[in-house]
Amino acid sequence: MTTTTSDAMVQVRGVHKRFGALEVLRGVDLVVPAGSVTVVLGPSGSGKSTLLRAINHLEKVDRGFVAIDGELIGYRRSGGKLHELKEREVLRQRTGIGFVFQNFNLFPHLTVLENIVEAPVSALRQPKAEARRAALALLARVGLSDKADAYPRQLSGGQQQRVAIARALALEPKVLLFDEPTSALDPELVGEVLDVIKDLARTGTTMIVVTHEIGFAREVADTVVFMDGGLVVEQGPPAAVLDDPQHERTRAFLSKVL
Amino acid sequence: MTATTGTASGTGRTGDPGTPAEPGTPAEPVTAAGPGPAAEHIDAAGAGAAPVLVRKEPPATAVLEREEKPAGSPDDPENLRIVPARHPWRWAAGVLALVVLAQFVHGLATNPGWDWPTFRAFFSTTTILRSVWITLQLTFYGTALGFLLGAGVAALRLSRSPILQTIGWAYIWAFRSIPLIVQLVFWFNLSYLYKRLGVGIPFGPTVWSFDTIGVLGAMGAAVLGLALHQAAYAAEIIRGGIIAVDGGQLEAASALGIPRFRQAWRIVLPQAMRGILPAAANEVISLFKGTSIVYVMAIGELFYQVQVIYGRTGRVVPLLMVATVWYILLTTLLSIGQYYVERYFARGAQRTPPPTPLQRARGFVRNIQATRRTPPAGRPAPSLGGRS
Repeated sequence: MTTTTSDAMVQVRGVHKRFGALEVLRGVDLVVPAGSVTVVLGPSGSGKSTLLRAINHLEKVDRGFVAIDGELIGYRRSGGKLHELKEREVLRQRTGIGFVFQNFNLFPHLTVLENIVEAPVSALRQPKAEARRAALALLARVGLSDKADAYPRQLSGGQQQRVAIARALALEPKVLLFDEPTSALDPELVGEVLDVIKDLARTGTTMIVVTHEIGFAREVADTVVFMDGGLVVEQGPPAAVLDDPQHERTRAFLSKVL
Repeated sequence: MTATTGTASGTGRTGDPGTPAEPGTPAEPVTAAGPGPAAEHIDAAGAGAAPVLVRKEPPATAVLEREEKPAGSPDDPENLRIVPARHPWRWAAGVLALVVLAQFVHGLATNPGWDWPTFRAFFSTTTILRSVWITLQLTFYGTALGFLLGAGVAALRLSRSPILQTIGWAYIWAFRSIPLIVQLVFWFNLSYLYKRLGVGIPFGPTVWSFDTIGVLGAMGAAVLGLALHQAAYAAEIIRGGIIAVDGGQLEAASALGIPRFRQAWRIVLPQAMRGILPAAANEVISLFKGTSIVYVMAIGELFYQVQVIYGRTGRVVPLLMVATVWYILLTTLLSIGQYYVERYFARGAQRTPPPTPLQRARGFVRNIQATRRTPPAGRPAPSLGGRS
């Protein structure tokens, strides 16, 4: 594949996405090196979430492509054409991409442990006992060892989101995508979720985090990306983008949220 | 009899003015909670409430003040007794309803027209039992095949292929439009239309075939008709349950790479069941009673058999009662089954699952025993002590 750079874990190239008359992504380029944390900021409607969903092919793109670890997502290239993959192949690709939703989307009829074990067993065909052991280790890592047999509704929002993170980690993905992971939480619960994500950042997990937590971006991000109107307006180290924004729209946004 | 009245009046006497089970009272002196005087005290305090409140101005000293006072004093807010509102009209309406009900039951028992001896004579005869069995079989096969086919039709309607969607829609349209009785008679006469049915290459040679009459007897035609009819309704009920499941669930499942069949079977369907079950139980019960319609095909199910018997004996009312009581009995069993199936699929839906009626009844009995065993606070209850 000539278009990929060797150390880039995630590559987004010229991605366009349109919902009816509304063009949500208008040619987005983004390169995320392996082991780095990228925080995407921007006003609502700027296309942050759509970009994230395009990366694991929950949204099909209209033009451009996404590649993870050198593998095109959702398409196969032959010559000048991109052929759409069968759903089965897309599902296989997604096991390498962890996704954490704003609303957790835990399976309410399954216990915490069953939630985590489900994908490794059914998608990766791991033996059940092994998957359970791994799941319990992950629960310990997010500080919820005692909740293995609880149902999601018996947990607080922060606990549910930590379970959702453990569920995504159970597939040992190459990259983790967070779609506003703390936006549905009470302010006092935000910290416990951010702590888990910070811990992951320290262990060198490649992550893309869409968030409104500027403080978190400053502390954890290697790169801050500012999006507006379906385009990446500005990107760079947090010190540069957050403290000395070059673009007027970045400045306007930061003056409102800081 | 004497024992019961004794206990009842006993609890009434002690429970009423003594305000049982107040927090803190058991530790207090026995004299403090004397029933009559305490109540009068509260009334007096209520009349002159203002000075009591004024005396308590500084909140910091309130705790101290309470400690100084003899416990159980009417000034202590914890000691104020709550008198439940009385509802005389509620009682009157209840009594009136009971009187009407008693009259009806009395009529059932005494009116010779109901002819209970005949009812008793026929209720569990072999003929009736066999017809009940046939009714149950029709219900079972109608439901099982109906919901199986219905699930398939629901899948068609939810598929991404417009052709399959349309076929699913057309099936539901057709079988909801044709009255069940018309359909049943039609299937019964299928052999008139097609003498032989077979499997082969479309518009080409037949590989395997059979006589319509031999395979599709009256019972087969009835089951087929009921199942096809039921499938149309079942399909819409299942589809309704599925589309009511939050879209985020499927999104999460596919983001985790869970295979598509597994997404439907493990993630969506169990959640859809909560929405499907109440309506599905309605359908099963209505099919159970609806089987009586196949009497037009001279199948010996319950209603047909009862008609045959009263045609012979002329005892219409008691035999209709035989059928009615059987229908009520079996519907009751189905309703109880529904309760427990729904409870199973509700797991995880609530923080703590509600108790089953059995657990509730046991808890009620335990409560009564507990209140009997521990006499109301601060009162020695020698008259009750020995009894429980």
